Amino acid sequence: MRELDPEELLDIYETMILVRTLDERVWTLNRQGKAAIVASSQGHEAAQLGSVKALSEFAESYFCFTYYRDMGVCVAQGLTPKDVLLGFLAKEGEPISDARQFPLHGASKEKGFMNLSNVVGTHVPHAVGWALASKINKLPTVTAVYFGDGAASQGEIHEAMNFAAIHKLPVIFLCENNRYAISVPIEQQMAITNVADRAQAYGIPGYTVDGTDIQQVFDVTAQATVRASEGEGPTLIEYQVERYLPHTSDDDDSTYRTPLDIEKSKQRDPLKKLRDLLLSKGVLNDKIESELIKTAKQKINSATEFAEKAPYPKADDVLEHVYDNNSISKDQHDANH
Amino acid sequence: MMPIINVIEAVRDAMKEEMARDASVFIMGEDVGKRGGVFLATQGFVEEFGEQRVIDMPLAESGIAGIAVGAAMAGLRPIAEIQFADFISPTMNQIVGEAARARYGTKGEVHVPMVVRSPYGGQVRGGLFHSQSVEAYFAHTPGLKVVAPSTPFDAKGLLKSAIRDNDPVLFLEHKRTYRSVRGEVPNTDYSIPIGSADVKRAGHDATIVSYGLTIHYALQAAEVLEKEGIQIEIVDLRSIRPLDTETIINSVSKTSRLLVLHEDNLTGGIGAEISAIVSEKAFDLLDAPIMRCAGLDIPAMPFAPTLEAAYMPSLEKILATTRKLLAY
Ligand SMILES: Cc1ncc(C[n+]2csc(CCOP(=O)(O)OP(=O)(O)O)c2C)c(N)n1
Ligand SMILES: [Mg+2]
Repeated sequence: MRELDPEELLDIYETMILVRTLDERVWTLNRQGKAAIVASSQGHEAAQLGSVKALSEFAESYFCFTYYRDMGVCVAQGLTPKDVLLGFLAKEGEPISDARQFPLHGASKEKGFMNLSNVVGTHVPHAVGWALASKINKLPTVTAVYFGDGAASQGEIHEAMNFAAIHKLPVIFLCENNRYAISVPIEQQMAITNVADRAQAYGIPGYTVDGTDIQQVFDVTAQATVRASEGEGPTLIEYQVERYLPHTSDDDDSTYRTPLDIEKSKQRDPLKKLRDLLLSKGVLNDKIESELIKTAKQKINSATEFAEKAPYPKADDVLEHVYDNNSISKDQHDANH
Repeated sequence: MMPIINVIEAVRDAMKEEMARDASVFIMGEDVGKRGGVFLATQGFVEEFGEQRVIDMPLAESGIAGIAVGAAMAGLRPIAEIQFADFISPTMNQIVGEAARARYGTKGEVHVPMVVRSPYGGQVRGGLFHSQSVEAYFAHTPGLKVVAPSTPFDAKGLLKSAIRDNDPVLFLEHKRTYRSVRGEVPNTDYSIPIGSADVKRAGHDATIVSYGLTIHYALQAAEVLEKEGIQIEIVDLRSIRPLDTETIINSVSKTSRLLVLHEDNLTGGIGAEISAIVSEKAFDLLDAPIMRCAGLDIPAMPFAPTLEAAYMPSLEKILATTRKLLAY
């Protein structure tokens, strides 16, 4: 679409450093026994940040349906390190689920994203329904839905894409393909090479791009965003990304991945790639970089301190958020328990 | 001396022995191959039995269940693993709608000898989508059997019966018991009939009926009360459908007081069914109303430790309800 200029790239790099440092921090908190679970965004950040960059430029308004690996999208949408860490530590004041959910799960309409569920794939039909509503309500919203390669096997994703294509809905399907669904490699997930090849069967465009390359991500997402905005319908994009860490902090990947495979994955680290690009453009040097890292660490340190000190939610609040008229929840409890 | 193993090892042993005994038994599920399952129930299986009998399935639960139904109709004995019971809902179409009705709907021409295994239950910091109890949804379904063991001995014996059963069995394994509950298990072949409850502790002052993880909480409560001279009898259902009504009523005839305890939420849970049966069949035996102690009626178990604890029928809650029952 257009080349990202050095200033923009540097901005994205700054966010990427923040997200990477935050991701590293939550792993540390997990190893210290403070964060119960971590699913890492490492290796996926260019796809996440590049796509939001395109949406924010080319859509009049947009809304993201994310999944558990999308810390980059959440941060780009305005979730602060403090918000994120309250989630990982499940503390009172956690802003998107009131600490009822795993980290990064919940919703913020103001920040324009939702990650309701851990159940893989269920949100893809939701995104299509959201896009249907914006069509009916004549709103300019483009809905973006992120999911993994494993998720692409779910029947309801097929149902959702089919419907979106029939009605030319303003939704873009963004598959972060890291070639693994926990331990199951892509070859056991599908007999075709690319998830995006399925687009043809729905009658929509499908693209496979290097999801570790910020410019490629930006271009293809921009194109899909424009297409959706102009009422021409959905696009299926597949970002080829890397997951070089275990599936989650509960996983041991040594039983199903070779050290060589992991090493190859690491070589496609999007952070390194963007760094090299910035160096080659002459907009990054050691001084700027160490300043960026220092600032990120400071933000995250004070957020960590805040979140560690915060109390857990009060047990009495457990009956909150069940119904609109929540006296039903409490009355039923008092009457029957 | 019998070997002492935990629940996940008992599950693994049962499947391994049955696969060695019967070539029609095979495994299908997400990550069951090289990874050996996310809880390692099938650790080493693909190496031992090969990829044809240990199939890593694409991430699609309704497909896993439906394909298992078809293979079972054709005479194989699939053991389908649904990685967490929270993800079982898309399989209801196949399990409740199809598998449970196949025999009835074909005048017995076709039957579905499959097992669907699924780790369930909470207090593992699993949040809204890795903690749930799903037994009540399925126990409502005639044609289906639902099993939920609490010990390694029961898990192995019941899983063998489930695999050999000619009807579909949902086999629920409480995640928290996997590694925390250990016990003696013979390495010889044995099985436990589906539909038989087990008295895990004898007593005469009150009966607690439960299953799964909360059996162990009930046993703890019984120990506390024993110090006060109170003898609690604990009945482990083991099978939720079919129910062993006889064992429950025999116990109530001794104790005259009944508490039903489960982690699943209260309303419409197994406790409601047992309470109805006992009040219909054994009203005269009772000295107190039947009481229930169960999970809270909220949509699912929350992630924060304080909220998770508030959800659970804890030892304190069990003791409080039991004392109320005894004092009535
Ligand atoms: C319906 C459902 N089935 C199984 C799981 C367990 N599970 C969590 S993530 C995952 C793999 C997802 O792989 P993919 O969609 O490729 O996303 P990735 O984690 O690789 O980014 C599985 C099987 C789940 N959460 N939901
Ligand atoms: Mg993947």
